[in-house]
Amino acid sequence: MTKPKALFEYLIRHADDTLILGQRLSEWCGHGPILEEDIALTNIALDLIGQATELYEYAAQVENKGRTADDLAFLRLEREYKNVLLVEQKNGDFGKTIVRQFLFDNFQLLNYTQLLNSSDAQVAAIAEKSLKEVKYHLKHSSEWVIRLGDGTEESHQRIQESVDDLMRFVEELFFQNEVNELLQEDKLIGDCEEFKQQFHQNVNNVLTEATLTIPDIKYHQKGGRKGIHSEHMGFLLAEMQYMQRTYPGMQW
Amino acid sequence: MSNKEWPLWEVFIRSKQGLSHKHAGSLRAADAEMAINNARDVYTRRSEGISIWVIESNKIVASDPDDADALFEPSNSKVYRHPTFYAVPDGVGHM
Repeated sequence: MTKPKALFEYLIRHADDTLILGQRLSEWCGHGPILEEDIALTNIALDLIGQATELYEYAAQVENKGRTADDLAFLRLEREYKNVLLVEQKNGDFGKTIVRQFLFDNFQLLNYTQLLNSSDAQVAAIAEKSLKEVKYHLKHSSEWVIRLGDGTEESHQRIQESVDDLMRFVEELFFQNEVNELLQEDKLIGDCEEFKQQFHQNVNNVLTEATLTIPDIKYHQKGGRKGIHSEHMGFLLAEMQYMQRTYPGMQW
Repeated sequence: MSNKEWPLWEVFIRSKQGLSHKHAGSLRAADAEMAINNARDVYTRRSEGISIWVIESNKIVASDPDDADALFEPSNSKVYRHPTFYAVPDGVGHM
């Protein structure tokens, strides 16, 4: 594999993570539990789609085959999406959306922090800009995890179920293969194993404060990084791609 | 499920350094941190501010509209309290 190909693949992975989670969050538009939270979730969705745009634009430039960011976002097949399984999981109740967000925010915070040191100026710049957004996302999701976990009997029980359900998707966030190794040689990216312990410590601290139990995961769900998705992905793409598939090249 | 409503909060936004916080509106939130977060999302998403104050609405003490006559009428007849009897030199800009 050549280095530009590896960089393209790496950018696509993270662009897909943010686009798919942004799409999921935007499903809350008009359905938030309260007006303020409706706006908060859609604000976060827009931040994530903004990050995806920058990553896709750079990926398209690196690929240099005339594809645009929109082509990458809307005109690929399911197997070509490399997002982790976590982000495509259904919204569930508000608590489940929050837990999914909380786990992803924790990863993004540490990953972008590491990418600040990237030898690629464009990657470092995207990380720096995104980091400010992620800090707020994490503050928002962490506070809700504590509020719901340490809230009523019902909110505690429901968010605990979501934690138990979603923790099996965490390991895939730390997926690495030859793409990462190639890019690490030139210090384009870092080794995410370096902050894995920190990730678990940060997550556990908040879950403990929220009086939640950290589940012991025996079997980790993986596949998204290789293009093998859960059954929810096809439905998500059908909705997301519908307009561009039906009216190719449409703009508004 | 509890149907108890969250308390109402008043939001004040400072748009830039040197200006004072101005009342922007109100919102509901369960606690102070949520009120700040919600205010950030609802009232500063178009770069309206650099600082937010929130206060629970029931902590605000307001004047009684029935007292308006006693409170505000007397000053109407005291025009000399306005600095309108001074000629402002041309060199002075905005007064």
